[in-house]
Amino acid sequence: MIPINPPFDLLPALLPGVGITLQLTIFSSLLAFMLAFIVGFGRLSKYKSIQVVSTIYVEFFRGTSLLVQLFWAYFVLPHFGLELTAMQAGVIVLGLNYGAYASEVVRSSILAVPKSQTEAGIALNMTSTQIMYRVILPQAFLTMLPPFGNLLIELLKGTALVSLITLSDLMFMGAQLRITTLRTTEVFCLVLIIYFIIAYPLILGVRGLESKFSKGRA
Amino acid sequence: MWDWEYAFSIMPQLLKALQITISATILGFLLACILGLLLAFARRSNFKPLSLVTGGFVEFVRSTPLLAQLYFIFYVLPQCGIMLSPLSAGVIGLGLHYSTYLSEVYRAGIDAVPRGQWEASTALNFSRTRTWLSVILPQAIPPIIPVMGNYFIGMFKDTPLLSAITLVEVLQAAKIIGSHTFRYIEPITIVGLMFLVLSYVSSVGIRRLEARLNRW
Amino acid sequence: MEAIQLNQYEDISPVIDKPIISYQKVSKSFGDLKVLREIDLDIAPGEIVAVIGSSGSGKTTLARMLMTLEQPTSGVIMVDGEPLWHKSVNGKLVPADEKHIRRVRSKIGMVFQQFNLFPHMTILRNVTEAPIHVLGISRAEAEERAVAMLNKVGLGNKLDVYPAQLSGGQQQRVAIARALVMRPKVMLCDEVTSALDPELVGEVLEVLKEIAAEGETTMLLITHEMAFAGDVADRIIFIDKGRIVEQGPPNVILSNPRNPRTREFLSRFRQQWASKS
Repeated sequence: MIPINPPFDLLPALLPGVGITLQLTIFSSLLAFMLAFIVGFGRLSKYKSIQVVSTIYVEFFRGTSLLVQLFWAYFVLPHFGLELTAMQAGVIVLGLNYGAYASEVVRSSILAVPKSQTEAGIALNMTSTQIMYRVILPQAFLTMLPPFGNLLIELLKGTALVSLITLSDLMFMGAQLRITTLRTTEVFCLVLIIYFIIAYPLILGVRGLESKFSKGRA
Repeated sequence: MWDWEYAFSIMPQLLKALQITISATILGFLLACILGLLLAFARRSNFKPLSLVTGGFVEFVRSTPLLAQLYFIFYVLPQCGIMLSPLSAGVIGLGLHYSTYLSEVYRAGIDAVPRGQWEASTALNFSRTRTWLSVILPQAIPPIIPVMGNYFIGMFKDTPLLSAITLVEVLQAAKIIGSHTFRYIEPITIVGLMFLVLSYVSSVGIRRLEARLNRW
Repeated sequence: MEAIQLNQYEDISPVIDKPIISYQKVSKSFGDLKVLREIDLDIAPGEIVAVIGSSGSGKTTLARMLMTLEQPTSGVIMVDGEPLWHKSVNGKLVPADEKHIRRVRSKIGMVFQQFNLFPHMTILRNVTEAPIHVLGISRAEAEERAVAMLNKVGLGNKLDVYPAQLSGGQQQRVAIARALVMRPKVMLCDEVTSALDPELVGEVLEVLKEIAAEGETTMLLITHEMAFAGDVADRIIFIDKGRIVEQGPPNVILSNPRNPRTREFLSRFRQQWASKS
């Protein structure tokens, strides 16, 4: 028994929003990925000042709310003469926010590689840079993948917030469509399902990595 | 650029709205704790359909945006005759969303209790309920309290989303003040600082709690 | 009490003309804990030295300082006539920079108790990685060298497998090949059989014996295997509480030690040694 026919007629109105959501996800995750490594390394730097700056960045972005950050970038920055489009604000804030979380993944994964691996590198007379790039990072990177995947799913979900700074992503289009069609149930069900469809390959990927990883370790 | 006088003048309004934020967090978290435990039990159930459906539900809720779920609860449920105030819709949304995360945390905590504890309970002829209440949960929960604490802070930082379903929590209050006065710098910055301070205080509290729990 | 004992059995190091390794009043503390106290030790080129002592005696730290894994608290370590941790500037010794340390330590190689192979690389890459990127030789030449060395340790048929697929004894033989392929003048072996199942100890010791017999490499063996030490070493050093208590040829140290502490330590191993030889 299906109470309502699948509302495929609503799809065309939502699809442009899906495009925006995907764009946001891709650009901001690239930014987050870069920041994760820069800041993750920064927190492990031997220079105190770099450590402090990196720590402040991480604590700031993890300590304040994503939506507040978006509002700040979109409503407050113009008062300082920095006018951002909603898309720019979305990419930058999502990138900075999830970059802070991801930098913790980078940091903890590097620290999780046993110290004996560094010692083996020293015994082979490698430079500290060679030890980092040839010995530590390749091992740490595998550890980073599942948590990175989980963060990517979180980031995808986080993109819905940009609808509140007027960017016409999937969530925004859904909210609009509800008002114009009044088919509330169908619209919101469809929106939820589309988000799930986008997220599902990521979920499977993370699960695959996790099981592969636990096998490799055992 | 920054007007202190204006900043102080809007503080009472913001603090009042902050109370809504905090109540929503606490109520939502209590709901998440209870629902999460129920979901964890349902997922462990020997009755296959129940554990499968629960698994699917958890997966779905975890991988779709909280904002979309809030809209769903606030706008769709009334069509089924369930009228909800913005606060109760918000609390249900937060509680439901985070219960799926907490169910995984409970699961990890329960799985970490050694098998021998179950066997010892059987050997003492405890009932199932007695085993759960006296043996398993008291050992499963303390180690996961820090993780639950982190989700508490996460939920606190998600409460501004409730503004989307017309709840005047602290960010919405700031936005309203901003739209009246055309000054956004002070209200939104103050809200950001409030979050920073409260998250920091909470995380220090959790670390203390963790240290105390590790003692035994 | 301790002081009297030390005076009574004062250790006399052999005089070596041109030592490849020379510890000069080397001390090491971890916080308040003094692990090594003013060690003086010369090792001749090509000499095989075995260091014995109970755990916590400081013998592993002795090797780790030479590999630059621990920095001495005081004293100087000379490698082939050059200070390892110091640089001579206007006749004064100052702490060395990484460039200097790397140049001097290129003469040293080490095999670890826990193998420490790189888990993300095949056996072949484990052995070629450093020759290519540290020595700067071509991949083809590095692989040729690596295969020859892996054949020597009996693992020429395992080039493409990963460390996790090998037994502990096999992993340790790869680790030996990995160190040897760098052609170090001095090889440090830090309890290389302690992490192995008893039945796998033999294959690793055989490989080490073979290298020792070639006589090209100076070896510093930190070991619990008394029989092995007696077999291959030119000199045995007994360390206790951070000091060299006694040293000499294996037959003297193992069968007729002068110091009561050496005797007490060896009595725990004597039975095992007797049964093996």
